Amino acid sequence: MSSATQSLPIEISSLCKAYGSVKALDDVSLNIAAGEFLTLLGPSGSGKTTLLMALAGFSRPDSGSIRFGDQEVIATPPHKRGLGMVFQSYALFPFMTVAENVAYPLKIRGVSKSDQKTHAERALDTVQLGGYGDRRITQLSGGQRQRVALARAMVFEPQIILMDEPLSALDKQLREHMQIELKALHQKLDATVVYVTHDQREALTMSDRIAVVNHGRIEQVETPERLYRQPSSFFVADFVGESVSLPVKVANDTAQLGERALKSDSPIAQGSGGHRLVIRPELLEVTSGAVPETANDLSGHVHDIIYQGDSVLVIVQHDSAGQINVRVPANRAGQTGLPSKGERIGLALHPEDTIIVPEHAS
Amino acid sequence: MSAVEGYESAEALQNVSTLKSENHRERRTFLGLSMPAVLVVLVVVFLPVLWLSSLSFFNAAGELSSENYARIFKSELYLRTFVVTFQISVAVTVICVLVGYPLCYWLARMSDRNAAILMVFVLVPFWTSVLVRTYAWLVLLQRNGIINESMISMGIIDEPLQLAHNLTGSIIGMVHIMLPFLVLPLYATMRSVDTDLVRAAVGLGSSPRGAFWRVFFPMSLPGLFAGIVLVFILSLGFFVTPALLGGGRVQMLAQRIESTITIYSNWGAASALGVVLLLMALLMIWLMNRVFGLDKLFMR
Amino acid sequence: MEQVGQRKIDGLWLTVVGIAVLFFLILPTLIVIPMSFSGASFLEFPPTSFSFRWYTAYLTSPEWMSATRTSLIAAILTTLIATPLGSLCAYGLHCSAPRIRNAAQILVIMPIVVPVILIAVGVFSLYAKLGLNYTLAGVVIAHTALALPFVIVTVMSGLQNYDFDQELAARSLGASRAYALWTVTVPQVKFSIQTGAFLAFITSLDEVVISMLVSGGDNATITRRMFNSLRDQLDPTIAAISTCLIVVSVVALVGVQLIGRSKNVDK
Repeated sequence: MSSATQSLPIEISSLCKAYGSVKALDDVSLNIAAGEFLTLLGPSGSGKTTLLMALAGFSRPDSGSIRFGDQEVIATPPHKRGLGMVFQSYALFPFMTVAENVAYPLKIRGVSKSDQKTHAERALDTVQLGGYGDRRITQLSGGQRQRVALARAMVFEPQIILMDEPLSALDKQLREHMQIELKALHQKLDATVVYVTHDQREALTMSDRIAVVNHGRIEQVETPERLYRQPSSFFVADFVGESVSLPVKVANDTAQLGERALKSDSPIAQGSGGHRLVIRPELLEVTSGAVPETANDLSGHVHDIIYQGDSVLVIVQHDSAGQINVRVPANRAGQTGLPSKGERIGLALHPEDTIIVPEHAS
Repeated sequence: MSAVEGYESAEALQNVSTLKSENHRERRTFLGLSMPAVLVVLVVVFLPVLWLSSLSFFNAAGELSSENYARIFKSELYLRTFVVTFQISVAVTVICVLVGYPLCYWLARMSDRNAAILMVFVLVPFWTSVLVRTYAWLVLLQRNGIINESMISMGIIDEPLQLAHNLTGSIIGMVHIMLPFLVLPLYATMRSVDTDLVRAAVGLGSSPRGAFWRVFFPMSLPGLFAGIVLVFILSLGFFVTPALLGGGRVQMLAQRIESTITIYSNWGAASALGVVLLLMALLMIWLMNRVFGLDKLFMR
Repeated sequence: MEQVGQRKIDGLWLTVVGIAVLFFLILPTLIVIPMSFSGASFLEFPPTSFSFRWYTAYLTSPEWMSATRTSLIAAILTTLIATPLGSLCAYGLHCSAPRIRNAAQILVIMPIVVPVILIAVGVFSLYAKLGLNYTLAGVVIAHTALALPFVIVTVMSGLQNYDFDQELAARSLGASRAYALWTVTVPQVKFSIQTGAFLAFITSLDEVVISMLVSGGDNATITRRMFNSLRDQLDPTIAAISTCLIVVSVVALVGVQLIGRSKNVDK
């Protein structure tokens, strides 16, 4: 749509909210850049929805500040925050037609009937539902309803759009399709998007940055790639992506797995509760001969081989530390010929892929 | 609201007092919406009943005393009223259960459509005035009424039976009035029972009867209990039907309270009777709440 | 084999009992209507002649007509007051904290639970102090208190079945709470509100005990007159009045059901 409006940055500082003794938001601070697609990622009950509802104005924190641009909105009622919002249940109005739903925010804003019509049509075109205006909501499929909800949330060109698990009710294939579409849509719109999900893959696919939320706190805010490769705590490493972890000892800035020192490119993050080595199955390299000196040697015996279509998962019994999973592309696996069960397998973990995290972030 | 929008203050980092006052404002709004209705109930129902109850603790001279209670528990007349009220309420409740349970079970096993059509037979009387129905029973049950006439013509009896203006008439009329109060919650509960469970029980070797008693019946209990509580409470305080169909021979608590006031102007005694009636009703409600929760009472 | 036989007997037995009970329930209604068209000057069934004489008697009696007017006006006013008050209360309680909601719910349910004779006597003595006995206002206020629980309970259950996110969505899209309530929430709990209004109307129209004590003189309700008349003798005019009351109830009931049906079809 046209860029008549400028997207706004969001500045959240020291947000606190407690339900009895449970802290739903525990001193949350977060800056979101104008035009950014930021995802709040966390398990259910982590506080991510509470944070989104606080941004929307539906959940009132106990203290803290929220600024849209340079405007304090902490006590502004929802309807004066100028947000577009997409709900998990879509929350479409079933007694109105598709066009009436989309025109609802325009009607409130006193837009003339004819402008309502053209704007609603354009918004529906944007979500590829042109010509559906006269349909009833009940005649639409789940995916189509989702698009109507999107059109309704952006038709009045809000500077900020909030989305609460908008794709969770769709089936897997449609969900993946919509992820790409949403991302493309974001690039077209000039709006800051705050997106809530518990699906780490969805978060990685769509976001400019991801804020991982746990127990009412933000564990880490990073771009998808850095979040994946350099998690700041075991929680983040475990929640984002597939991994196996082994306990390590840390002394003098070096981590030791059993007797062996681990080579790592990144400095070891500080925290409490000991450290763990996080191994992503696809980052391990299967070596035909000896593991090169420059890499960490995680060789062991093949315990099991599981064919998964696009790849093969090899479960390796490490000499001392336990089981490790290795993912090998199905095509190359066929060519090189993997060792069979019980045979020895050479595994190299390169220093740039070696992730050592504290149990809890400091 | 507008004062908040332009909010620019050094304490912006905290905003504690602003947020608190917003919270209070919102809570006051909701309370304000509820208040008019709550006030009407408070002023028209709660306070008068409370005041009425308080009368029972004062004697004729206006002194605090338990005289009224002593009197109603010593007087033959009042004691009989309690016994009769209790007997009638129990009888009506038992009959309603015996007649209503099979009806609900029968309806619950039908298709939605057929059951909905037959439910009209329950709903039409339910929404018909109690007076109209009592009148109809007066006509049906009188000495030369249809029931007596048809039984005589069929040769079942020689002399017309005394059906109206006595205990029998009161109970028949009351069962008719109360039955929908049992049927509606019970039927709703039975409809929500998962029939797959019963089928599974039969599949696992239970006989249909065994499955009924072990699986279906326990699951229908919340609705049954809600119906029983409703019927029993309403029967305890019931006025219209026993007053008309009892023909003065049956005196239940509600009538005794009315006559104690309108004929004898004895507010203290009437109030004491009322307190006992109220306590019995509240006890039933409390019991219901403890066992199944109050929600079931209002399942329609 | 034995089990199947047993099952058939069980089913037959159930059907017989079910039909008998339904017959018992509908019997009074079946009797009253034909009786009201009887031409005889005393009660007889089945009627041997057909006439409208009891309807004429009803419609030309100034007492019955005045009582009918009082009852209808009281019922309409009760509906008009109890429906908005009860609906707003239900909404307010729905949005309140559970602690407040439960406390208020118990208070508001009182009129259903407390034996109506106690309310009647209590209201009677309260009105004696306020000079409200034998006034239309007195009847309407008392009936409103009786009707409120029905409205509140039905609207609250309607709100529970309603996806409240819709109201939040409307507000996020720029609607004030009041506007969102009116344009989005109310249209969707409309059926519950209508049902509540129907219950309020019927509650007032059919109420006997409070009316018996509190109404009177020019403002006697039809139920009060019927009750007093039935205490003395079995006037066939009452059959005609009863038929009218049945028709009003059934028409209202069917009306609400039809509105509900059309809404469900839409879903």
